[in-house]
Amino acid sequence: MNDYLVLMKSEWLITITIFLLLILKVRGEMRSDRLLSIAQVMLLIATIVGFLFNRYGRLFGSMYYTNPLIGFQKALLTLATYLISLLCADWFKKTQHLAEFFILMLTALLGMFLMISSGNLLMFYLSLELSTIPVAALANFDLEKRISSEAAMKMILSSAFSSGVLLFGISLFYGATGTISFSAMSNHLSGEPLQTLSFIFLFTAFAFKLSVVPFHLWTADVYEGSPIAVTSFLSVVSKSAFAFVFLIAIYKVFYPLEKTWYWLLVITSIATMVIGNLFAIRQQNMKRFLAYSSIAQVGFVLVGASAGMSSGTSSVVYFMLIYTFSNLAAFGVVSIISERSGKENMTDYKGLSRSNPFLSWVMALALFSLAGIPPTAGFFGKLFLLTAGASRENYWFIVIATLNMIISLYYYLRVVRSMFMEKNDNPIQSVAIERSVYFGLILCGVGIVVTGLFSWLYQYIVSLI
Amino acid sequence: MHPGLNHLLFVSTSLFFIGVYGFFTRRNLVTILMSVELILNSVNLNFIAFNKYLWPHRLDGAFFTVFVIAIAAAEAAVAIAIIINLYRSHQSIDVEKAEELKY
Repeated sequence: MNDYLVLMKSEWLITITIFLLLILKVRGEMRSDRLLSIAQVMLLIATIVGFLFNRYGRLFGSMYYTNPLIGFQKALLTLATYLISLLCADWFKKTQHLAEFFILMLTALLGMFLMISSGNLLMFYLSLELSTIPVAALANFDLEKRISSEAAMKMILSSAFSSGVLLFGISLFYGATGTISFSAMSNHLSGEPLQTLSFIFLFTAFAFKLSVVPFHLWTADVYEGSPIAVTSFLSVVSKSAFAFVFLIAIYKVFYPLEKTWYWLLVITSIATMVIGNLFAIRQQNMKRFLAYSSIAQVGFVLVGASAGMSSGTSSVVYFMLIYTFSNLAAFGVVSIISERSGKENMTDYKGLSRSNPFLSWVMALALFSLAGIPPTAGFFGKLFLLTAGASRENYWFIVIATLNMIISLYYYLRVVRSMFMEKNDNPIQSVAIERSVYFGLILCGVGIVVTGLFSWLYQYIVSLI
Repeated sequence: MHPGLNHLLFVSTSLFFIGVYGFFTRRNLVTILMSVELILNSVNLNFIAFNKYLWPHRLDGAFFTVFVIAIAAAEAAVAIAIIINLYRSHQSIDVEKAEELKY
């Protein structure tokens, strides 16, 4: 009995929050800023508890399993959701359906927790759907906006298609191995053609969710059309969750098919980096620009994932921690500016440093970190990813990745240049920053600096594996 | 002649690719949703066929099918809600009419 409480603590806390919000909503008479602070407090508690008391354990006949690393990953996802609830406070207070928004978002988060912990393909499929269907509903949250419904349509259709492909792969696996549990399956894998084919189907589904290049087309559209809170949830929380599950899948379950997945990873990661970078260069809308930049970042994550189990896992989890802080800081700034002035284009950001020095410095720090410039944590994240990838001694692959880092400098620094060096006749007025948003931005900024400078964090992640 | 595993797999694989073809070529959103259902049903057929002919002693495949049917219904409910909202704003359920987000 005690196991059910301690091992599933993150899940329980999120479930309690969902029901609390539901009851408060049904009873009515609750102001939305009061609801928001309840949700923030609950998420903060879930984050702190998530980092503590993590141990090994299996529940429900090995359908659910957890270990310290999985506990850390869940806490990281909760932390990202908490930061989103701080950073998008402006937008949350305006919307009339705040409780519904949080219920859907936390349901998706719960699905991601169960997905990371799943030890069985049935459990994996169910929780994957639990984590994607609510997000499609969230993408449509600006009911009056035309682009919001278009984005939701693209999201639900692409996720339905990708889950169809995933299921077809799973059914072929079931035919080839006769089992759907992860541990039994890895014993049956021998690399015969049917297994390789079904692995490629599964890989396709993962590529859809991670927006790896041939399957990235929905990403930019959905990111641009959805409300910014949903965009940041998709690009940070959802992406990290799928990256973690992908690591578990390739290292724990499909390790016997190593040759197949290594070459798939090399090819798709090169394509992802190159195409993400080239398309990011020509974007004018900030949300679209960040969408393509996040596609390019996934390419680097795949470089790290192509290494073996220990260095691959540690470098990817560390990078995702840094990526959470950097990307959320960038999205936070975009969110405030778009909420207060309605402007989302890159040309509107010219001369931002004169009217809003704090926001421009946070944005610059976040973009430096995304580009991987040394004093910020992003540099160390990329360094570990590339070193992990280089352990395979496939050096031309690492050279291509490094060249792509240099290309990415161009478009990240272009935004910084237009904020700090260019003049604007019609600049964005100085915007008032709320306390919780301010706190969230400071937290992200401290995270960007601290995660890079303190090496015990990386060693802590290594010790969890 | 009794239908064997090969026949069933032939049917299910054709269903899958008919679904994929429909998904990519149809312009009406409801028809696209129907193509997705076709894909999911081909998966169900696959599971049942493998369960009956190859691994009859355990019911993993049959259970999976039940869950896939339930999830497909949930997915269709959300998708239909989104399509209705799209119809309200665009006055059409043609995918070609929803073209504001590009490149």
